[in-house]
Amino acid sequence: MSAVLDLFTIVAVACGAFFFLAGTTGLLRFPDSFTRLHALTKADNLGLGLVILGLLPRVDSVFTGCKLVCVWLLVLLSGAVASQLIARSQRRREMNR
Amino acid sequence: MIALDAGLAALIVALGVWVIRARSAFAAVAGFLAYGLLLTLVWVRLHGVDVALTEAAIGGGLTGALLIGAAARLRETEVAARSEQPGRIVHVAAALAAIAVTAALAVGVLTLPVPAPSLAQEVAANLAVTEVGNPITGVLLAFRAMDTLLEAIVLLFALIGVWSVAPDGVWGGRPGPQHRLDPNGILAYIARVLPPIGIIVGMYIFWVGADHPGGKFQGATILAAMWLLTIMAGLTDMPPISRRWLRVGLVAGPLAFIAIGLYGAMAAGAFLAYPVGFAKPLIVVIELALMPTLALVLALMLAGAPQRSAVR
Repeated sequence: MSAVLDLFTIVAVACGAFFFLAGTTGLLRFPDSFTRLHALTKADNLGLGLVILGLLPRVDSVFTGCKLVCVWLLVLLSGAVASQLIARSQRRREMNR
Repeated sequence: MIALDAGLAALIVALGVWVIRARSAFAAVAGFLAYGLLLTLVWVRLHGVDVALTEAAIGGGLTGALLIGAAARLRETEVAARSEQPGRIVHVAAALAAIAVTAALAVGVLTLPVPAPSLAQEVAANLAVTEVGNPITGVLLAFRAMDTLLEAIVLLFALIGVWSVAPDGVWGGRPGPQHRLDPNGILAYIARVLPPIGIIVGMYIFWVGADHPGGKFQGATILAAMWLLTIMAGLTDMPPISRRWLRVGLVAGPLAFIAIGLYGAMAAGAFLAYPVGFAKPLIVVIELALMPTLALVLALMLAGAPQRSAVR
């Protein structure tokens, strides 16, 4: 059983790390602010979600697991809000040009 | 693990160089924010979770917001300031001075006797007396409570310093610009959704500080951030600094601290000593009294000097 859980953690965290890598590549390579934001938020949300999913079998109490999930939900919320704010100010700047 | 630590150290040095060499103030601030987050990771690796929390809250969050505000203010005069930059000799002298300080510190650390002189053993042996589980909280509020008291008072002085640069005409007025509310904007949305969560997280971090990493300072920073969020979204406004409740709130924490210290002088024989059996309740009272004051001071310091008269 523990071997299965170990495998699950390894696969999930590795997938999460891959999404972080993909998001960073997108941030560096994409041509404009909107696509860069897209790459960053989408990949980071998924990446962190997968990392936390992989860590859930390792927590010692339900409370700790809830805290981990809360961290992910808060990052989702802040990522969505921050990218909206940046995108809106960018669009305003482009319309004024 | 050594690869992780080495990578972290290399990243910090590289980022430090990058921040110094950055052309615009805004880029330097952005780099400095990332630098703060890396430092947080370093503190976690050194098992200083309390320091890591403080670094993330104060170093990364609060100082970051302060620096972004400063960079935005300086943007218009930045080009003019660049032409007045000091010459090569000053640069080299500054670099040499910085290297000398680093080298002196390194020599100091490397020549420490082994084991290094430390009071950690004594703290661990006497921690049970305070009935507090987290040794950091024990040191900050029992063994070295004087330092914490002075720290709270220093913050108050700093806020008075910030206020003192206000023009005479708006003295006693509201700090910071007035933010316009966009009722359907995303900022108003987050300023309505986040504060209830943030207040609970802030109180939680404050409460677990007795036995785990956390405490009033980190909790107060989160509370201050929630208040500032509602102000930046335009849902509320900064109070005029002449308000009586504001002034009372600013001095309430340190005054309660001093009162408990005087009580210790009478009941236990020394200023800030706690009578046997009362250590934990008195520590909780001090932290409870300090937290609102700290949240007020931190938020007001970020808001800056009064800019508008008290009437709208």
